[in-house]
Amino acid sequence: MAAASMMPIFSQNVSSNSDLVPEWSRQEVSTGTTIMAVEYDGGVVVGADSRTTTGAYIANRVTDKLTRIHDRIYCCRSGSAADTQAIAEVVSYQLGFHSIELDEPPLVETAAHLFRASCYRYREELMAGILVAGWDRRKGGQVYCVPIGGMLVRQPVSVGGSGSSYIYGFMDSNYKPGLSKDQCLDLTTKALTLAMERDGSSGGVVRLATISEDGVERRVILGDQLPKFSTH
Amino acid sequence: MALSNVLDSPAAGFNFDNAARNAAFEGLFEGGQTPKPLKTGTTIAGVVFKDGVVLGADTRATSSEVVADKMCAKIHYISPNIYCCGAGTAADTEKTTDLLSSNLTVFSLNSGRNPRVVMAVNILQDMLYRYHGQIGANLILGGVDCTGNHLYTVGPYGSVNKVPYLAMGSGDLAALGILEDGFQHDLELEKAKKLVRDAVHSGIMNDLGSGNNIDICVITAEGVDYIRPFQESEFKDRREIKYKYRQGTTPVLTKKITPLKMEVVQETTQKMETV
Repeated sequence: MAAASMMPIFSQNVSSNSDLVPEWSRQEVSTGTTIMAVEYDGGVVVGADSRTTTGAYIANRVTDKLTRIHDRIYCCRSGSAADTQAIAEVVSYQLGFHSIELDEPPLVETAAHLFRASCYRYREELMAGILVAGWDRRKGGQVYCVPIGGMLVRQPVSVGGSGSSYIYGFMDSNYKPGLSKDQCLDLTTKALTLAMERDGSSGGVVRLATISEDGVERRVILGDQLPKFSTH
Repeated sequence: MALSNVLDSPAAGFNFDNAARNAAFEGLFEGGQTPKPLKTGTTIAGVVFKDGVVLGADTRATSSEVVADKMCAKIHYISPNIYCCGAGTAADTEKTTDLLSSNLTVFSLNSGRNPRVVMAVNILQDMLYRYHGQIGANLILGGVDCTGNHLYTVGPYGSVNKVPYLAMGSGDLAALGILEDGFQHDLELEKAKKLVRDAVHSGIMNDLGSGNNIDICVITAEGVDYIRPFQESEFKDRREIKYKYRQGTTPVLTKKITPLKMEVVQETTQKMETV
């Protein structure tokens, strides 16, 4: 094994035309995405598609973009896969530490501020759009939006990612305050499906999670079970 | 990380020590091309099956259009229960996996435990993210540990994906076609080996950068079976004549011996202190 494992390293490679390695494999992996989070009385519903692309190639068609930050706090990731994974890990650590110090479950607002701190400080280097959503005892279900650049704003419903452009109209006309949990789930599923139909960088399955005082309920809706809309 | 670092964790931020040297290099080539890093067009694949993980790779290393190495090893040893296939820049995959392997060995010695696959993934992700894509390593990590059978891929920018089957490299689209069609959860060993072999074979047949033989590595809780080569290329050359010449074939005409004059310049003795 020792003799056979020497990898030839050629220092002279004057006419290298890397045709053998396709263009897309040299591009950064991005979660061109559709993500969404909705508040209801008693919790939040978060949803995302499952496509990760490297240029035009789908690197992972079953990605989980709903990342656990703490027991009752999740974040939806969009933008560069590497950047968002790294930020989510850093914030999970910081929040976990903070929660142990306080000996109390952390607030969603704290998690959102931690995300904002990282995203704003390193705004030039990072490409990350994140939705922070969860439940805590003080304010119940909350959704915070931390888009690229590091803004922080709380909203009752928020969408993000490249596919979100296609569903703003749908959201504005179909969201009303005071929806129930099942209505929120239904709204999220429909919105994500519509975005996945139109946005090339979104697709795969729909992943949903409901976060409330009782815990986190995760669900996956496979491609053939998605609601059907027809324009023809 | 305290238990597992061979070298100290580097300081935060980029290290630009070599920037001046690299700029000087550009000047040396007088407007021509600076040497580009060698990328091995490759097909590597991995599958999680009932009792463990099967990894497969082709064995061709190319330098532009010439095959540089017909039997290069793309499945690297990380630890007794974890192996890693590498695609991308040859030097980067080699050195990254070596560093990872050293770190995990130190960890095992310090803690007395077998490393977990997720440890290897985290260390890799950490390092590759810190270098922001400058290290061109696309790696497939597979292994078996106390928590189960795992297969991960780590990209050059530091993104991680955990999936039951994978293919990477220039031949990955061809290999993925076979995997998407034939993969099922909890395959038997022979079916899994055949699936990975078929996938790498498809990469070899349909991609110019992949070729020659197929290596297979089976990792289970019982141990590792590194089959190299699993299958030899169908198009092997047979050398018609021998290239070894016996001693005395070339006659010696003259012999001249020049002794090197060495003189003692300085001699010092230091007494060893003994108790």
